[in-house]
Amino acid sequence: MADLRNDFVGIKSPNPFWLASAPPTDKEYNVRRAFEAGWGGVVWKTLGLDPHVVNVNGPRYGVIHGADRRVLGINNIELITDRPLETNLREIKAVKRDWPDRAMVVSLMVPCEEVCWTDILREVEETGADGVELNFGCPHGMSERGMGSAVGQVPEYIEMVARWCKAATRMPVIVKLTPNITDIRYPARAAKAGGADAVSLINTVSSITSVNLDLMAPEPTIDGKGSHGGYCGPAVKPIALNMVAEIARDPETAGIPISGIGGVTTWRDAAEFIALGSGNVQVCTAAMTYGFKVVQEMIAGLSDWMDEKGYATTEDFRGMAVPNVTDWQYLNLNYVTKARIDQDKCIQCGRCYAACEDTSHQAISMSADRTFEVIDAECVACNLCVNVCPVEDCITMERLAPGTVDERTGRVVVDDHGDWTGHPNNPGAVAAE
Amino acid sequence: MDAARRQDGIVAGRLPPEAYAENFADAYPPLDAHEALVAADRCYFCHDAPCIAACPTEIDIPLFIRQIQADNAKGAAKTILNQNILGGMCARVCPTETLCEEACVRELAEGKPVRIGALQRYATDTLMEAGIHPFTRAAPTGKMVAVIGAGPAGLACAHRLALHGHSVVVVDGRDKPGGLNEYGIASYKTPDDFAQAEIDWLLKIGGIRIETGSMLGRDYTLDELRADYDAVFLGMGLSGVNALMLEGADDRIGNAVDFIAALRQSDDLSRLPIGRRVVVIGGGMTAVDAAVQSKLLGAEEVTIVYRRGQESMSASRHEQDHATSAGVRLVCHAMPVRGVPGGMEFEYTESGENGLRGTGETFVIEADQVFRAIGQTYGETPGAAMELERGKIRVDTEGRTSIPGVWAGGDCAAGGEDLTVTAVAEGRDAAESIHRALSA
Repeated sequence: MADLRNDFVGIKSPNPFWLASAPPTDKEYNVRRAFEAGWGGVVWKTLGLDPHVVNVNGPRYGVIHGADRRVLGINNIELITDRPLETNLREIKAVKRDWPDRAMVVSLMVPCEEVCWTDILREVEETGADGVELNFGCPHGMSERGMGSAVGQVPEYIEMVARWCKAATRMPVIVKLTPNITDIRYPARAAKAGGADAVSLINTVSSITSVNLDLMAPEPTIDGKGSHGGYCGPAVKPIALNMVAEIARDPETAGIPISGIGGVTTWRDAAEFIALGSGNVQVCTAAMTYGFKVVQEMIAGLSDWMDEKGYATTEDFRGMAVPNVTDWQYLNLNYVTKARIDQDKCIQCGRCYAACEDTSHQAISMSADRTFEVIDAECVACNLCVNVCPVEDCITMERLAPGTVDERTGRVVVDDHGDWTGHPNNPGAVAAE
Repeated sequence: MDAARRQDGIVAGRLPPEAYAENFADAYPPLDAHEALVAADRCYFCHDAPCIAACPTEIDIPLFIRQIQADNAKGAAKTILNQNILGGMCARVCPTETLCEEACVRELAEGKPVRIGALQRYATDTLMEAGIHPFTRAAPTGKMVAVIGAGPAGLACAHRLALHGHSVVVVDGRDKPGGLNEYGIASYKTPDDFAQAEIDWLLKIGGIRIETGSMLGRDYTLDELRADYDAVFLGMGLSGVNALMLEGADDRIGNAVDFIAALRQSDDLSRLPIGRRVVVIGGGMTAVDAAVQSKLLGAEEVTIVYRRGQESMSASRHEQDHATSAGVRLVCHAMPVRGVPGGMEFEYTESGENGLRGTGETFVIEADQVFRAIGQTYGETPGAAMELERGKIRVDTEGRTSIPGVWAGGDCAAGGEDLTVTAVAEGRDAAESIHRALSA
């Protein structure tokens, strides 16, 4: 039986599933229910200075649906907590007292003045909370006031505030990063330089989910107007995975603890974040879509998979995929594959044919009786047919064995690694010895 | 109430009054908007889709389903109606399980095809309920075409001709237009007078006049039509019923098609008499429609007796299942012998070298009422020069008969299956042929 207990920068929790700083962790009632459902920890929804902010009174969320109204992504224009600081602090203290084994991290966002941070950190410390997360990510509303992503987009500010916080508190400091930048490594390096114990990412992606074509206004629409929100949920997971991997493999930030966030919906998503170096994961949209109970699937699924693989703890596989994330130039150009269609599985929909014929390399033939076959002499192994085929494992990519001839190029497939760095077409190629 | 249900003989009012409306309501209620989206999302948008090839009218099914997915049900309806002007009726009565849905790749993949028929109904209902007729008639050409028969073939032909600007007179022998849509299909497939509503909607194209109560051969001749009109389309269906005289059963036997027509035209089903025990002889959709509706009218026992095996029935498996779930019993490999007091005697059959023959073993099924549903035949030849093929009007691929200026389609013409959708395709294609001839 896998041991899911988690130790993230000294913050202990019974499992690696934390609720992210967001509406689900806004108040005592929710957090108690989350802990009862099995969540390993929470990042309490961001506290700010009094007087507390106010939220809009129209809709706060927009959505992107897949088939059958499955939620693929949600965007929100909700701000940080809209309750008095004292109320939140009192509730945090009460919950932590009753749930000592769960992680209680408090998200913070105050103006870029040292005294604001030191004051609030002192008050949070008194609650018995396990750590703080600096919210440098929110892309809407607060950023207009010089906070949130307005800080997260300037590495110097990140470093400055992280340093203030580390100097002011005994608690671990996690810096939450915004994805609304061009290169995630710069803010991550800044957090590290400022002494942060960890980074968490990603925060939400600036977004307009849709345009109401009757009102000619973005959704969610408030009195005829809309404002960009922050996008989250399964749709942003690929963006998050890449950013996590970038930090994990950057020599300057390699090894910094990462709390992975972005579209974690099932145990598999969590395992992927951990494989790319995350020490734990934070979840929001899945809980907002299905309720707190989803964590039970995540816990059971991760545990079952780890048992199958023989991993005793998450540390056993954490970061295992990082060495396999590389630059394009190092990919093996001698690795030649061709698409293979399993005729027994084929249901003859022809989507592979349409995709290849219209938009790729005309490498699939179609007979009068709807038999679809790969033309090796044309197939560049792009994988599009595999992707669009509605039947699992009907089309696969198979490697040509070394020594065979690639009909497309007429060249014999070689067993050696050969990448762009040594390719004759590369003006900067280094000749292999 | 039970006393009425169990009364021997052919009597009306077997059910409590409120039961009739419930029994004859929509057998397959329409999809709501969300159900339609869920069903539409299952379509794979196949390349050169097999469902299109399986549709006699070749509706671009993947396109119309994608239009539903994209929240454009009215656009989806236009895609359907471009190919099949009676797409609304076909969505209700087509044996989709042997046409488009049988060809659906998801039928192959998982035995559950995309619900093409239900989606087609969703699209066409949405458009028709909005009162939109999405076609505009071309400028009048001055040509006049006579269409004989206001059934699916005639209506499809008339609409396409009107679309091209020709003037059309549709003549039908019955009191109402619609043909089998109005008189020949089970009531629970087309409730709420859909057949007439669809015709009213179809006529919005303009340029079509319908004359009812006038029959070819009785009230006018083909030669007169040829003299008076620029072209003639024959789509009068099948007027004859295969005979099956059974000694000892004369007082109890009738034609299933007449029973269905009477039921469809009844404005008070509690006054329509039905036997306590009903036997339907035949294996097609008419047999199923008659048997199921007998049950719904309150018959206690209803049996379909078919002379061959169940797999040979022309009613689809879906139709057979509909019948058995309604409480109808299927008896196969048996043929009628004679009427006996209180029942019908049947003889078991087997296939031999010279076709089907009786085994000599007989049995009796109790029956107060017997319906023949063993097929219909082409009636009178409308002119001696008309060439026939297997008892129906011979036509070429464009629907032209052996007589110049005369086209034919639908059940009266030799060609495809006797289905509403096939009749629509033939009427439409004949109209295009007529248009080409008149434009030459």
